[in-house]
Amino acid sequence: MRFHFDIKKFFVYFFLILGALIMIFPFYWMIVNSLKTAQDMTAYPPTWVPSNWFNFDNYIEAFNKAPFGIYFINSVIVTISCVIITTFTTILGAFAFSRLKFKGRDLIFSLMLGLMMVPFEMLVITNYTTVAKLGLIDTLAVLILPFTSSIFYTYILRNFFLSIPDSLYYSARIDGASNWKYLWRIMVPIAKPSLMTITLLNAITCWNSFFWTLLVINNDVNRTLPYGLYAFMTEGGSDTKLMMAAATFTVLPMIILFLFARKYIVNGVARGGLKG
Amino acid sequence: MQIKIDHLTKKFPDTTAVDDFTMEFESGKLTALLGPSGCGKSTMLNMLAGILPATDGHIYFDDDDVTDMPPQKRGVGLVFQNYALYPHMTVLENICFPLEIQKVNKAERIEKAKEMAKLVHVDQYLDRKPKELSGGQQQRVAIARALIKTPRLLLLDEPLSNLDARLRIEMREEIRRIQQETKVTTIFVTHDQEEAMSISDSIVLMKDGILMQVDKPQALYDDPNHTFVASFLGNPPINNLEGIINDAGDFELKDHSATIKLNEKKGIKGEEVILGIRPEAITIGPDFNTKAEILERYTMGKEELANIKIGSAELRVYISVDHDCKKGDVIDLVLRNKGVFLFDKASGKRL
Ligand SMILES: Nc1ncnc2c1ncn2[C@@H]1O[C@H](COP(=O)(O)OP(=O)(O)OP(=O)(O)O)[C@@H](O)[C@H]1O
Ligand SMILES: [Mg+2]
Repeated sequence: MRFHFDIKKFFVYFFLILGALIMIFPFYWMIVNSLKTAQDMTAYPPTWVPSNWFNFDNYIEAFNKAPFGIYFINSVIVTISCVIITTFTTILGAFAFSRLKFKGRDLIFSLMLGLMMVPFEMLVITNYTTVAKLGLIDTLAVLILPFTSSIFYTYILRNFFLSIPDSLYYSARIDGASNWKYLWRIMVPIAKPSLMTITLLNAITCWNSFFWTLLVINNDVNRTLPYGLYAFMTEGGSDTKLMMAAATFTVLPMIILFLFARKYIVNGVARGGLKG
Repeated sequence: MQIKIDHLTKKFPDTTAVDDFTMEFESGKLTALLGPSGCGKSTMLNMLAGILPATDGHIYFDDDDVTDMPPQKRGVGLVFQNYALYPHMTVLENICFPLEIQKVNKAERIEKAKEMAKLVHVDQYLDRKPKELSGGQQQRVAIARALIKTPRLLLLDEPLSNLDARLRIEMREEIRRIQQETKVTTIFVTHDQEEAMSISDSIVLMKDGILMQVDKPQALYDDPNHTFVASFLGNPPINNLEGIINDAGDFELKDHSATIKLNEKKGIKGEEVILGIRPEAITIGPDFNTKAEILERYTMGKEELANIKIGSAELRVYISVDHDCKKGDVIDLVLRNKGVFLFDKASGKRL
């Protein structure tokens, strides 16, 4: 077969590859630096690869300087709790707003959608006063409670539920299923791809959540990874290679999650994009 | 189980979908609900299933008033027009679902489901998902799912409308067979008169939410009580001629271009009527009393048909092959007794 040079394709791929490199570079640099020795760091010009790919000294040192293990566990607790509770409330909300009939349903739903216009930053103050009054400042609960429902995810899931034909519902009712049974046995399994997307996006958001944490957490033992990393940078001096090691294991879980669940995230985003 | 409905009515904001129905569905029989699109068949079925609340009137299953009973308590099986199979479950799981809800233990329900699958001939597809089945197979799965809880009443909403002509005929025989094997009281919705005629024990013909006539298929064809009934059944359709009854008690076309002698006088005069003549209801021969011109002869399948003209009216009739009349000939014909009906023009009622 003769090689056919397609100029258009060439440029498309050229820019795509360029874009990918630009996106990957910071991650690459982070990982490389986290593996460098003090000598590597001072080398001039900077080296592109560490002298030893298996030099984990920086990780060990970072762990010794700050309780990253605790931060990690906190992050996991907060993220998993948020995701489980949010998914649960989202499913129930979406079901109510799509399948159940009650007075003022659509009005309430419109009002809720209207609330999405209010930026999080504006809610921060009221939220802060609320949790302060509840005496929850500086506990893990305060990182979970305000994030146990999501109008946006409810909206996405409600739309998906609405696309499931009524006849399935009636058929299930005639077969003897209650609303509850119908929801968990029929609707949720059908909506699994949508739910996966929602869960994953939510997990990433929770994991990376920083601003609110900064505001309501002081005590070292209640810090999550992003905050811990921030504190480490401000308190622990500016040893780049230690910071890079800490940054690496902060983002690593999400990268792994993304690699495993890529299909669902990309599908979800693509679908969301198409729907506008 | 016998189903009795009493002044059953369903009103929607701008239509009355079912208007004051009073009738009975016979126990253990297959009844067809027949009528043109939008006449309220699905509404009727959904009320029987309990999906739609009735506006007025009562529904009785045997002697129980079930009008306000929720669907899950009625013991009905419903097959939707689009089958409504659960897309994420396999055929086996779909069929099992009603028993799963009833908390029947797993081994037992699987055994029962396999039995059902065999009955409707889908036992070789148990592990497939609904979308991997053809329309006819999906339909049979839906029927199996409706039958597995041994319903007192099986409701089928135009289950054959998505199938091609061959499969339709096959499937309607299948439904007939299953119904006769299980002896479950069955109501079958269709807008296809041929389908209704071929499989049902009796037909309920409705129009615009109104019950027109309930009868055995042949009786409905032979003895319609309304011009709508006569016109809805039969292919080729009945010929409707408009005219009046003259002084001799015979039928005269509206423009007086011809008179047709009636075998049976009704003892009325001067009334505006519709004369319905089924295509097979004429005989040709000498010394008959009505003259007709042959406009066209043709065959439809193995049937010999002709378009003929009596006065100004055109009719489509069967003509036996024995008659070698051809286009342009004028023939003598007479009406038979069977298949000729006189209806009042204003009300459409049979005279
Ligand atoms: N939910 C509803 N709200 C308002 N009107 C309705 C509703 N459902 C049905 N109708 C009306 O009631 C009438 C009967 O509808 P139905 O679905 O029972 O007809 P059908 O005989 O089943 O027709 P088809 O053969 O097309 O399925 C129609 O005029 C329809 O527009
Ligand atoms: Mg219908």
